[in-house]
Amino acid sequence: MADLTTDFLGITSPNPFWLASAPPTDKEYNVRRAFEAGWGGVVWKTLGAEGPPVVNVNGPRYGAIYGADRRLLGLNNIELITDRPLETNLEEMARVKADYPDRALIASIMVPCEEQAWKDILPRVAETNADGIELNFGCPHGMSERGMGAAVGQVPEYIEMVTRWCKQYYDKPVIVKLTPNITDVRKPALAAKNGGADAVSLINTINSITSVNLDTMSPEPSIDGKGSHGGYCGPAVKPIAMSMVSEIARHEPTRGLPISGIGGITTWRDAAEFMALGAGNVQVCTAVMTYGFKIVQEMISGLSQWMDEKGHRNTADFIGMAVPNVTDWQYLNLNYVAKAKINQDACISCGRCYAACEDTSHQAIAMSEDRTFTVIDEECVACNLCVDVCPVQGCITMEAMEPGTIDPRTGKVVEKEYANWTTHPNNPGAVAAE
Amino acid sequence: MADVMTPGLAVGRLAAEELAANFEDLHPALTPHEAVVAADRCYFCHDAPCVTVCPTDIDIPLFIRQISTGTPEAAARTIFEQNILGGMCARVCPTEDLCEGACVRELAEGKPVEIGRLQRHATDTLMARQGHPFARAESTGKRVAVIGAGPAGLACAHRLGVLGHDVVLLEAKGKAGGLNEFGIAAYKATDDIAAREVEWLMGVGGIELHTGQILGESFQLEEVAGSFDAVFLGVGLGGVNALGVTGEDLDDVVDAVRFIAHLRQSKDMSELPIGRNVVVIGGGMTAIDAAVQSKLLGAQSVTVAYRRGRDQMGASRYEQDLAASRGVNLMFNVQPKEAHADEDEYLAEIELEYTADDGTGLKGTGETVRLPADQLFSAIGQTLTLDAGLELDGRKIAVGPTGRTSREGVWAGGDCTPGDDLTVVAVAEGRDAAMDIHRALMA
Ligand SMILES: Cc1cc2nc3c(=O)[nH]c(=O)nc-3n(C[C@H](O)[C@H](O)[C@H](O)COP(=O)(O)OP(=O)(O)OC[C@H]3O[C@@H](n4cnc5c(N)ncnc54)[C@H](O)[C@@H]3O)c2cc1C
Ligand SMILES: Cc1cc2nc3c(=O)[nH]c(=O)nc-3n(C[C@H](O)[C@H](O)[C@H](O)COP(=O)(O)O)c2cc1C
Ligand code: SF4
Ligand code: SF4
Ligand code: SF4
Repeated sequence: MADLTTDFLGITSPNPFWLASAPPTDKEYNVRRAFEAGWGGVVWKTLGAEGPPVVNVNGPRYGAIYGADRRLLGLNNIELITDRPLETNLEEMARVKADYPDRALIASIMVPCEEQAWKDILPRVAETNADGIELNFGCPHGMSERGMGAAVGQVPEYIEMVTRWCKQYYDKPVIVKLTPNITDVRKPALAAKNGGADAVSLINTINSITSVNLDTMSPEPSIDGKGSHGGYCGPAVKPIAMSMVSEIARHEPTRGLPISGIGGITTWRDAAEFMALGAGNVQVCTAVMTYGFKIVQEMISGLSQWMDEKGHRNTADFIGMAVPNVTDWQYLNLNYVAKAKINQDACISCGRCYAACEDTSHQAIAMSEDRTFTVIDEECVACNLCVDVCPVQGCITMEAMEPGTIDPRTGKVVEKEYANWTTHPNNPGAVAAE
Repeated sequence: MADVMTPGLAVGRLAAEELAANFEDLHPALTPHEAVVAADRCYFCHDAPCVTVCPTDIDIPLFIRQISTGTPEAAARTIFEQNILGGMCARVCPTEDLCEGACVRELAEGKPVEIGRLQRHATDTLMARQGHPFARAESTGKRVAVIGAGPAGLACAHRLGVLGHDVVLLEAKGKAGGLNEFGIAAYKATDDIAAREVEWLMGVGGIELHTGQILGESFQLEEVAGSFDAVFLGVGLGGVNALGVTGEDLDDVVDAVRFIAHLRQSKDMSELPIGRNVVVIGGGMTAIDAAVQSKLLGAQSVTVAYRRGRDQMGASRYEQDLAASRGVNLMFNVQPKEAHADEDEYLAEIELEYTADDGTGLKGTGETVRLPADQLFSAIGQTLTLDAGLELDGRKIAVGPTGRTSREGVWAGGDCTPGDDLTVVAVAEGRDAAMDIHRALMA
């Protein structure tokens, strides 16, 4: 049996599945139940400075988009950080940590961008015995207007400065949580690293409006007829989050910086993908808000089954394994030639591949009188659209052409050697191949 | 009070609640959420196979997509543009043989998209709204007589009405609707849908309905052909084939179509007499409907006796299974030989002879079996009764592709012309004839 125990920044947890800082972790009651359900760690709901806590709206704070059968694909929220007193949260954290010493407990913090504010809160957090802190530089709404959250996360200099204060006044691991609401995620990641961060976690939520009510003309969620942009998360954001994780994992200056992967993780497979792209562990929010704490059982059983099948003894064995395969477009092998192939036994003759290729791609699928669909190799550019739209999994495959054979589309021999755009004759900036 | 075991014919074998439950909708309406989930299963196929087999060519993927985006009213328009009786067809079409049978998901998983129920969802939604979805064109001043107010006649009249022609609809019975009103199984046409649909459809305007008008009795084809710009015949099949066996004239040997018509018009099912042992002769939809409804009325044992094998049966496998699930016994390769009476001259038994086909046609084997029967329904097919001097094709009125008969200015469609005897086919033929009449009149 694979060992799921994961060491992240010296913090061990029985599995790599943590709960992200959010409603599932905003009080003792929830966190105890999460640990009982099997979660490896939690990042406590973000704490604010001493004093009267923030207030939330008293109407709907979530909006959603759906797939088939109302499957929730994307969630958006206009919730703020914890609206409970700091002292209450700290007391609860201390009690929970004492009762669950084997689980990770991280304090998420967001206080004003002033040294004193951090100097005040950090010792109090340290007293709880939490395993580390996460700096919430990500929250895109409500807090950013007050100069916190994403307002800090969008300015690399601030990130570096605040991180440095934290490393100065706190002696356990410091994780910097990044906002995706920026152009190039490598900049804030590097700033965090330069400030001394032990790790980054990403992504926080994305600025979004999930829907507009066409009767009232108010964005949803609507508070008395008005809406505000909120933070988007859930399965829909996973591709964006994975790309950002991979950028940090492979960018020379940030390479090796530990990453806690977040964004749309719903199943063991999502988690394994993030980890293959360099995340040392993962955090989950929307999936538990949709299905409850119990999903961790599937994540644990699924990940261990897959690890056993692949022969990975522990999570370190596969973390980052896919990173070397993430490259820039210009380095992709232009001598690799594939063709779509339709398995006639699996095909149900729906014609979707035909409509897609005929109307929007390369007119490379032929349709016969009796609804047999076949690929015309002379036209197929292997774009994959037919594979993507075919409702039968595995029915259309992309078959690589053997080197030495002739591509009927170009009439050229398929070369065995790798060659990319940097040396391509059509590239005005091409460098001659050696 | 009678019960299931009461011998002979009896009324009220079942309690009122049980009867009501038995005759509930066979395919109940989808809730809005169910409709969206069902709609989501459609792949929006290119040149969709389901459309190809729909006799009225409804754009199925389009209307399903309209449902899934929350506009069932737009979906209904897509349906009604092709098939103004789309509401009834959604309930009565043998979809397993038509659209759903051709659905690619039937091929893939044996579970087609529920096209029929989705169609019902859309059409019910629109019909529940005020007003009629189509506007009548400016009057053309042309007058067309449509004879027979069944699905073929109604579809023809509606399309002509939309196009601005003045339609006089001449119907023999006291009520319009044809077999929608008098023939379709009660559990497929609940809530008086046939009558409601007729009234809704007439809402387009320009259609005048005259009941009690029998072609060949109250008036002759000559007269209407002379006084109207065009005539459409949608008279269906008025007669039934005779069994041709001894004992056929006994009181309780009845034509299944008549039994069903009586049932459909009955306000109180507990007043319908039904036998304890019922036997139905035949193998089509009428036989199945008569058998199932006998069972639902409380008959203790009901048998459908069909002269050929299961595969040749006119009723689809779905209909056969429906009957079996209601407790109807299906007997194959038997033909009626003689109906036997008891000493009081009441029907007592039906004697059936086994059949076999040795390649030279179906023959009796000589071996017989007797089933107790106090009611026997004959459902061995209907025939054209009208003789209007038109050329025939076999036993039906000969027509061209758009319904032109051998007589100039006279069109025909529906069951009285060749082709499958189905509501949806009648609608398609009525509609197509209307388009051809329009072309002829406006030329
Ligand atoms: C018991 C039974 C069950 C059926 N179940 C189904 C089913 O589930 N699904 C399905 O698709 N099909 C079913 N059918 C077949 C379907 O009902 C017919 O195919 C369809 O009704 C044919 O329409 P029509 O307009 O041609 O004829 P009809 O519906 O028969 O209408 C003919 C009309 O013309 C009138 N008429 C007749 N003679 C004259 C005259 N001389 N003068 C004036 N008016 C006249 C009649 O009174 C009637 O109103 C069933 C048929 C029967 C008998
Ligand atoms: C209602 C809600 C409140 C959140 N509050 C916080 C928060 O207080 N602090 C924080 O760092 N992230 C917060 N987040 C962001 C999540 O921790 C997480 O980064 C994001 O939801 C992406 O992960 P997911 O796709 O698994 O939900 C919140 C998310 C949601 C849905
Ligand atoms: S891979 Fe692209 S070009 Fe080739 S058949 Fe499929 S859709 Fe057409
Ligand atoms: S999309 Fe797939 S199933 Fe549909 S016709 Fe093409 S290959 Fe066949
Ligand atoms: S065949 Fe089935 S899946 Fe395809 S368009 Fe028709 S209903 Fe939809």
